[in-house]
Amino acid sequence: MVGHIHSIETCGTVDGPGMRYVVFFKGCPMRCLYCHNPDTWDPQGGEEHTVEDLLEQYDSLKHFYANGGITATGGEPLMQMDFLTELFEKAKEKGIHTCLDTSGVIFHQDNPDLLARFDRLMKVTDLVMLDIKHINPDEHQKLCKQPNENILDFARYIDEKGIDIWIRHVIVKDITLIDDYLDELGYFIGSLKHLKALDVLPYHNMGEVKYQNLGMDYPLKGMEPLTKEDAVYAREIILKAARRRRQDDAAKESD
Amino acid sequence: MRSEWNGFTGGNWEKFVDVRDFIQKNYTPYEGDDSFLAGPTQNTTDLWAQVMDLTKKEREAGGVLDMDTKIVSTLTSHGPGYLDKDKETIVGFQTDKPFKRGMNVYGGLRMAMKACEDNGYKVDEEIVDFFSKHRKTHNEGVFDVYDAEIRKCRSNHIVTGLPDAYGRGRIIGDYRRVALYGTDFLIQDKLAQKESFGNVYTDDVIRGKEEISEQIKALKELTAMAKVYGFDISQPAKNVQEAIQWTYFGYLGAVKEQNGAAMSLGRTATFLDVYAERDLAAGTFTEEQIQEFIDHFVMKLRCVKFARTPEYNQIFAGDPVWVTESLGGMGVDGRTLVSKMSFRYLNTLNNLGTSPEPNLTVLWSTKAPMGWKQFCAKMSIKSSSIQYENDDMMRPLHGDDYGIACCVSSMVIGKEMQFFGARANLAKCLLYAINGGVDECTGVQVGPKYRPVEGDVLDYDDVMAKFDDMMDWLAGVYVSALNIIHYMHDKYAYERIQMALHDRDVKRYFATGVAGLSIVADSLSAIKYAKVKPVRNEQGIVVSYETEGDFPKYGNNDDRVDEIATYIVTTFMDKLRKRHVYRNGIPTQSILTITSNVTYGKNTGDTPCGRKHGAPFAPGANPLHKRDTHGAVASLASVAKIPFKDAQDGISNTFSIIPGALGKEDQVFAGDIDLDLSK
Repeated sequence: MVGHIHSIETCGTVDGPGMRYVVFFKGCPMRCLYCHNPDTWDPQGGEEHTVEDLLEQYDSLKHFYANGGITATGGEPLMQMDFLTELFEKAKEKGIHTCLDTSGVIFHQDNPDLLARFDRLMKVTDLVMLDIKHINPDEHQKLCKQPNENILDFARYIDEKGIDIWIRHVIVKDITLIDDYLDELGYFIGSLKHLKALDVLPYHNMGEVKYQNLGMDYPLKGMEPLTKEDAVYAREIILKAARRRRQDDAAKESD
Repeated sequence: MRSEWNGFTGGNWEKFVDVRDFIQKNYTPYEGDDSFLAGPTQNTTDLWAQVMDLTKKEREAGGVLDMDTKIVSTLTSHGPGYLDKDKETIVGFQTDKPFKRGMNVYGGLRMAMKACEDNGYKVDEEIVDFFSKHRKTHNEGVFDVYDAEIRKCRSNHIVTGLPDAYGRGRIIGDYRRVALYGTDFLIQDKLAQKESFGNVYTDDVIRGKEEISEQIKALKELTAMAKVYGFDISQPAKNVQEAIQWTYFGYLGAVKEQNGAAMSLGRTATFLDVYAERDLAAGTFTEEQIQEFIDHFVMKLRCVKFARTPEYNQIFAGDPVWVTESLGGMGVDGRTLVSKMSFRYLNTLNNLGTSPEPNLTVLWSTKAPMGWKQFCAKMSIKSSSIQYENDDMMRPLHGDDYGIACCVSSMVIGKEMQFFGARANLAKCLLYAINGGVDECTGVQVGPKYRPVEGDVLDYDDVMAKFDDMMDWLAGVYVSALNIIHYMHDKYAYERIQMALHDRDVKRYFATGVAGLSIVADSLSAIKYAKVKPVRNEQGIVVSYETEGDFPKYGNNDDRVDEIATYIVTTFMDKLRKRHVYRNGIPTQSILTITSNVTYGKNTGDTPCGRKHGAPFAPGANPLHKRDTHGAVASLASVAKIPFKDAQDGISNTFSIIPGALGKEDQVFAGDIDLDLSK
């Protein structure tokens, strides 16, 4: 089987624990306004790789990844789910830590065939970095041109499977930097028992040049990059709400 | 046991000069964190403000504040110099005042004169007269012997930066010996060494005995130098302050006598920590006082200055002294050699602010204590001033008492030294192979008149065969030049005090180096995997190349081209090993041009890899700029394939990364998430 790969970063230090071999998959159904990788949307093109040649390259660099592993990102890696599953299965055979960076948008609970394929993938996934774009369904639709109910279902699904979860959330002024939404998000992720990290990503406009190169209009033209202070502020609101959820859940259990 | 050594565990070191034995029997490994460290005292802050003020004035004066033009710098040439005598706990400058550069003539008179003239000074007539008529210099000796071929190689830049007009440096005296033993003991030891040669007077014995006599004189002069500052270093140091002061005097003697290309300090921290621990336990000094001594010591090291020419500064990209101090590392017995003093040295970057000198070099081991690793990381982030080298790689070769000279040259302290040999331009050598020894920039027949490449397309096997022949020639002429240089340096600019702080029989590494490795690798790859057409000028010299198709590039973890790079390194090293080498030196090779890549680029024509005449070389073993497209790890993996055994003098890879690409900012990222319900 051949995967369509946008690019490979051999020195990945921000996409999962430790230093990682990061594979950027081609293809994404989301159209997030702030996307900084629009060149990965098209499922076609890119470099063609087999699972074997990716793992062979990983192997020749494995000393660097002693505390890391492999991360699948993109694009949306779930668009090439069969290739991804094969990659992770073979990686697990070699004892490599596997991390999936996803929006979860492909997930649908009521499709048994799809669910079976997810079950198989999750058996060989050590960590899911779930990027929740927006907690509010309407706002999510506006931001990404996709609903978010199935994404939140996906969060519950992986939590039930006992897989480690990192939640990623991009903070953009006037879109996600809104106290009520941040609180709501925090209250939701507080319910996830296997939550291990919160990765607040301050919006930056470094993707803008890619839009120019692709001859596309940049949807967030003029939007200022988020300050670190605002990112820290957002993080605190989310964490506070997550703690409140934990307390509420604990109270319910003791009832 | 001598009273100065009270409280120390005895051993072989009491009877023989054996600093390592002293350290091993007495040091305290430190596995804690940085919380014990002390900040700067008021005196430290005041003194440093004075240094900063002088630095500003020096910059305003165009780079040099004052130079000696009348007195040749020797151990005893100058009276004492101070910043503020009452505030300094460690004293000593190269001349009678801070920021006044001494005059070193033994390396070469012309260079000394030019260094003065280029900075607006003039060497005294009497000095010029004396060194023209009565005393030959290293530089004059070398040029008395150089032949036409070597001169052509120099002027056409296929061998560059040769230490034939300036001090070779790269020798580290074991300055700790001054502190542990005092000079009387060391002189007695040297007298015994002199006797040990016996009375069969071969050339080697005559030279050996003469050199040791010079060493003894130097030790006596060092004692006299310290006396000028009111200290008696004929006896061992009695406490940590004296141990630092005695050690510094040893080093100061070296930098007064030699204006070397790199004047490194060695591995002093954990040695000094033995004294610090003893003084802390006895209540002699507090942590704050000991940090103050180290701060003042480091301040002095930051004030070491030499008279140099703008050309020299261009080759070395600035005015570096390379006061390299090697920190940490593991002992061969498995204990860490990190001590509290290792922390105190790095803490000078807090107390005095960041600085390229001294070149604080951490001997990194995966087994180092976590507290040390974390402090190193913290100080690196804060100061960007720490160099790291692979202890796990060097320890099997050198044991656990080696240090780094300059940036990467490893040697056992007091037992090994190096003959520094600059470097040969391998990229140009490849062009000579293509052009039958004719220089592509000057049109001069520099190399042997071998048959140049013919036809419209370069053939890999043909070019490789020609390149092999040309490397043979280059290795020969290069080693010849170095043999002459080191013969004359020993004869006319012998490092008396530094060698006095070595054993009688030292291992001498005969260091060579190459530049342009990535250019050669990519060029040969282009010839092999793409189609390279030579473009000739009217004289028939190939001056440019047209390349059709793509080819594997060094720096992407691609064995097809990485194997070419490692093959070149090993092949050239083997050719060097075949040559006769001065004084039974052990040939080594470095791939470490860190600073001179712009100069190399200017003097090297178009190369088959697509690089144009004038474009800078990549530093050291780096891939060419923007040729590595698979991320930093793939790039590092290509470099890591170069065999250390064939590049034992060091492989450098210069690498910058924006902080955000090194990991998550902990204020934004919440890892190991803490949702403690009680909070």
